[in-house]
Amino acid sequence: MNERIDIDWTGCEAHGLCAELLPEHIELDEWGYPLVANMPLPPHTLKRARRAASDCPALALKLRVVRDT
Amino acid sequence: MTATFPDLHMPPRLLAPGGTPTDLRTHQDRYGPVPQAAADDLLRLVAESGLTGRGGAAFPVHRKLLSVAAAGHRTGRTPVVIANGAEGEPASRKDRTLLRLSPHLVLDGIQLAAAATGAGEAHLAVEEGAPDLESALTHRRDPVPVKVVRLPARFLSGQSSALARYVGGGAALPAYQNPPIRERGVHRAPTLVQNVETLAHLALIARYGPDWFRTAGTQAQPGSALCTIHTPGHEPHVVEAPFGTPLHRLMPLHGTSAVLLGGYHGTWLPTPEAASRTLDATTMGAGVLMGLPADRCGLKETAGILRYLASQSAGQCGPCLNGLPRISAAFTTLAEPGPQGSTRTDVARWSGLVEGRGACHHPDGTVRLVRSALTTFAPELDAHARGFCTENH
Ligand code: SF4
Ligand code: SF4
Repeated sequence: MNERIDIDWTGCEAHGLCAELLPEHIELDEWGYPLVANMPLPPHTLKRARRAASDCPALALKLRVVRDT
Repeated sequence: MTATFPDLHMPPRLLAPGGTPTDLRTHQDRYGPVPQAAADDLLRLVAESGLTGRGGAAFPVHRKLLSVAAAGHRTGRTPVVIANGAEGEPASRKDRTLLRLSPHLVLDGIQLAAAATGAGEAHLAVEEGAPDLESALTHRRDPVPVKVVRLPARFLSGQSSALARYVGGGAALPAYQNPPIRERGVHRAPTLVQNVETLAHLALIARYGPDWFRTAGTQAQPGSALCTIHTPGHEPHVVEAPFGTPLHRLMPLHGTSAVLLGGYHGTWLPTPEAASRTLDATTMGAGVLMGLPADRCGLKETAGILRYLASQSAGQCGPCLNGLPRISAAFTTLAEPGPQGSTRTDVARWSGLVEGRGACHHPDGTVRLVRSALTTFAPELDAHARGFCTENH
């Protein structure tokens, strides 16, 4: 089981805060929307990722639990 | 408007013979009552039949039914069934044809899907302006009540999260889905969204069994599917054909230079390649086949479709809202002879930026169309770049 970053695209308003908080996982595209590396978050990043989720002004950044198959 | 090609070697299963709508009495004389079966037995029949969804995604029906039923047990919420007859794909006619000719097969399928999932209510979603279905419902004695829901006629209304939202009293717009609607949909209940054609197949499988179902189609893709055929110069018509049927037997290919397989979210194929393909659940989308007349420019056709697709973006998701209009405008440039500058690389880059970055599959389907057009019409693109037009006037 691991956690990944997921964006609610209907909510994201391209504030770009997430890219500042998680630069090694999120870049912004040419319109300011996050480009997310679709990889499990390493344990030492989880805390910052949770903060990015709660700080996202649109509450569009989610952590999704992915079950290993 | 409906027809069967005499050489398909398959009497139609779903569409009433003679092209006249089947009323309840005729339906019952022909098929008998809806079989009563326990949920487990129904699920086993569906699993053995190998039935997949006919709305475009070809997902195994058995697995979807199982996960809705399981979510119902887990959450203690009674599942909801939505029969999707809201053919958003503008080139498709098959679901409305089915609902007009064989409404009771669909309504039987709804009851069976409800029995298999333990659902307590069902909705039949059709487009605004679809003909009367309520009267077909009044004389039936269905254990699970069915409500007809009329959706705004837009490309995305039939998208499953949009449907669930609309049935639950919201706007007919796709929504972020986590958990998926098969676990939490209408009023938070596990929700089964299944295309109406799929449900009609289910009604026949419950009566005649999986072995009968598998007498059509291939080992890997059993059964048949409804297709909407657009032949240049003719009205579109709906045929039912087994999987594995060569495309050239489904539609005349002479006089065409390319075929659009799978509709506006589909794939362009050059005619010689289309001639070597068969009807395949993974490439046919919702079953639309459109021939491009040999004297028409595929880039212009595609630019027209892209303008439509960009206009249908629900405008909710940044990448889709920004990318689709740009891709569409770029294609309008590419569709005319003249300097192309960086347009082709822009289209490729924007395609990558919209793909997989929306609440629904609209960007993905649009990108599929774009990429296939860039490959199939590469000679035309090069001619345009040199200032020539290949269209014969
Ligand atoms: S912080 Fe939230 S709204 Fe801003 S770009 Fe990231 S996900 Fe989008
Ligand atoms: S991806 Fe596009 S069409 Fe789909 S919900 Fe988002 S904005 Fe609307």
